[in-house]
Amino acid sequence: MEATVTVPPFESFYVEHRDVVLGFLRRRLGGQAAEDAFQETFLRALRAYDRLDHGEHLRAWVLTIAARLVIDTSRRSKPVSHELPEVPVEDGRPAYAQIEHLAGGLPPTERAAVVLRYAYDLAYDDIALALDSTPEAARQAASSGVRRLRAGRIHDRYA
Amino acid sequence: MTVTPDLDLRFREAAAAEGLLDVGFDVIESPIGPLLVAATNRGLARIFFDAEPELHLERLAQAYGPRVLRSAGSVDSAHRQLDEYFSGSRSSFELDVDLRGSAPFAQHVLDELARVPYGQTTTYGTLAAKVGSPRGARAVGMVMNRNPIPIVLPCHRVVGANGSLTGYAGGLDVKEKLLRLEGALLA
Repeated sequence: MEATVTVPPFESFYVEHRDVVLGFLRRRLGGQAAEDAFQETFLRALRAYDRLDHGEHLRAWVLTIAARLVIDTSRRSKPVSHELPEVPVEDGRPAYAQIEHLAGGLPPTERAAVVLRYAYDLAYDDIALALDSTPEAARQAASSGVRRLRAGRIHDRYA
Repeated sequence: MTVTPDLDLRFREAAAAEGLLDVGFDVIESPIGPLLVAATNRGLARIFFDAEPELHLERLAQAYGPRVLRSAGSVDSAHRQLDEYFSGSRSSFELDVDLRGSAPFAQHVLDELARVPYGQTTTYGTLAAKVGSPRGARAVGMVMNRNPIPIVLPCHRVVGANGSLTGYAGGLDVKEKLLRLEGALLA
């Protein structure tokens, strides 16, 4: 079996990004919760890893997984009222799912910046880490992505 | 923000325990130096004498899939049996092996090789005859040279027709050491 492997061996990917992911989770969740989320982030990454089409933007990808876990964790920890049942919502998709869907047609860097900024509420410092660039470049990528979305100027080749 | 060894270990072992790896590996110590041991869900797949993981990650990913991760749990039964072998308390391995990286002829030869008993030697020509290829001593030599799982598949027990040690991927001194350990050569 000679598979054409386009992503790096998971060991290399994990070693390269584990400290950044833990740093992000510690800032968002603190101590023990961050450690639990760290393990779960990389287990989820591992489950999806052989389905990746390419090895680009892997740091943004794994931070997106981590950010989604932060959202899930925060939601779980909110007190639940037993008296008022939750009202079913017509479109129950959370904000990040909608934005991810909308941003699908953007060029990769802008898409990553828009999704990380507006769907996951990451600070530009974290987005810069994810994209391996600077906070200023991350801010520019996000705002040019938003402009492109507003103008509806999404080229087919990115769709 | 640095991941502590404890947190790192917990992730690696959880990944192996959940069966999420295409191939798991670890570096184990042995009297013939550190060995890199790699296993898939089918069984033991590789043993490398040059135990630097960076040298082998890409090759392991190409052969078995990209989910390659170091974790002791992936290779614990091989590790235990190798320890017993090197301490002299084990004379045969009871391990499943994954030979999918080897061609059919090589697999046939390696199956036959696995039958050569502890403490005995055979020759390339004898092994060739056993796989029905009596003139294939040289081809058998090539298979030995590329043996993916040395020690466990005992290519160190195969010597030249005149009894010379001939060659070994881990070096002739290692071949000699293994044969002395097994009592096939006088200590």
